[in-house]
Amino acid sequence: MAYSEKVIDHYQNPRNIGTLNKESKMVGTGLVGAPECGDVMRLQIEVDDATGIIKDAKFKTFGCGSAIASSSLATEWLKGKTIEAAMEIDNMDIVEELALPPVKIHCSVLAEDAIKMAINDYRVKQGLAPIEDNKKHY
Amino acid sequence: MNFPIYLDNNATTPMDPRVLDAMLPYFNEKFGNAASRNHSFGWNAEEAVDYAREQVGRLIGCTSKEIIFTSGATEANNLAIKGVYEMYGSQGNHMITVTTEHKATLDACKKVEKMGGEVTYLSPNEDGLINLSDLEAAITDKTILITIMYGNNEIGVIQDIKAISAIAKKNGILFHTDATQTVGKIPVDVIADGIDLMSFTAHKMYGPKGVGALYVRRKNPRVKVTSQMDGGGHERGMRSGTLNVPGIVGFGKACEIAQNEMAEEAIRLSVMRDRLEKELLTIEEAYVNGNTQHRLPHVANISFKFVEGEGLMMGTKDIAVSSGSACTSASLEPSYVLKSLGLDDELAHSSLRFGLGRFTTDEEIDFAIEHVKTAVNKLRDMSPLWEMFKDGIDLKTIEWAEH
Repeated sequence: MAYSEKVIDHYQNPRNIGTLNKESKMVGTGLVGAPECGDVMRLQIEVDDATGIIKDAKFKTFGCGSAIASSSLATEWLKGKTIEAAMEIDNMDIVEELALPPVKIHCSVLAEDAIKMAINDYRVKQGLAPIEDNKKHY
Repeated sequence: MNFPIYLDNNATTPMDPRVLDAMLPYFNEKFGNAASRNHSFGWNAEEAVDYAREQVGRLIGCTSKEIIFTSGATEANNLAIKGVYEMYGSQGNHMITVTTEHKATLDACKKVEKMGGEVTYLSPNEDGLINLSDLEAAITDKTILITIMYGNNEIGVIQDIKAISAIAKKNGILFHTDATQTVGKIPVDVIADGIDLMSFTAHKMYGPKGVGALYVRRKNPRVKVTSQMDGGGHERGMRSGTLNVPGIVGFGKACEIAQNEMAEEAIRLSVMRDRLEKELLTIEEAYVNGNTQHRLPHVANISFKFVEGEGLMMGTKDIAVSSGSACTSASLEPSYVLKSLGLDDELAHSSLRFGLGRFTTDEEIDFAIEHVKTAVNKLRDMSPLWEMFKDGIDLKTIEWAEH
């Protein structure tokens, strides 16, 4: 199967690999997937206390090229966004941007889930209720 | 060096130029139908097929009359398994095989079950070898066939064929082996090995695709299989269809070359394979899959823990290898062969199969070693599992948000 140029670019030059201090109150961590499924994604955001804007985002992913590219792209998109705007990131935006084939759509779904899990982790640390995600992935 | 470097010789081999040279005249100059009895075109083709049949027979120690040409090993497996079931159904309906067989065998066995037969699927040990006591325990008075592959396509493990055939013989059961990966790589002798039926194919031994054979024993005992392809009664009535003369000529030549060069080639390949394996095992948390004492000389299957196979293959795009992970399929199933060995899903997902071949060079192995090392290190740097492992976290204790 041929990967798109953007997937290859993210795979070869992943943006924002790394680890943030998950104990920090300003950091939210999302860990999704499972080793036996062949995909594990960890996505972290760091929120600026004063502005409420995501000032840093990092990822580490165990998975195929599309999974790596989806999470790398997600961190790019997260930086500079407010929490509210970050909640709006849709997996199909990732599919479109990376030209993922149908068998790789689950990689984008994982990335969206990781974003939401990280945001909720941050919210809970701030004493806020987690946002329910009622969106159905087809 | 030409990139990508081909290290997937278990999938298929490039044709040896000598094989191609032998085949070429049979496409246009000597194009006759080997079944045409009335003119020289037919006689020439028949003569060429007879000669190839002898070359093939010589390699495995049988007479030329015992070779049934087919379209490949998949067809040979189907003919052996379904053909025995139909031919000997009156004597029993039970067969025994192993969970690590090729799909061609497993699916033919499934078909036998659909037709009313019963099949026992033995599980191998962690190293891929079966327990002979399991085999003996599975035999019933209804058992008509034991079908167990000679050398495994994914891990290269070689079963104790002589012991298995002795058990079959003692119990009056026919023994079929899928020797697709084995013939032409190590010495196979159907008499010494006690084999009644054996499938193999040309394209795994530097011959053309689209031609293979089923060895069907004619003496002690005389074995017959019910044809699965009906028509003109070619191949002693067991496989109808106009013979693929150029393919068969190529198959014969490939067998002749293998017979002459196999001994030296096996040593050369095993030295290269061992070097590749030793170097790759210097990578932390890398493991060989399958028994390393009883193994085909050209195969290495290695798991690199905490990196995912498909991602790894993308990072090793300058070498052509095969991954135990079939992540491209919607099911995300890792290799059933590796799973049968009891490997965790994550290890099965993290494996690469290296298949060396006649045209593999030392220089290519040097490159492959560095290439794989670089890719594994790069992927581990971005693997959350590797980070957890390094932090001393037991991954089994984590509740995964499964998808």
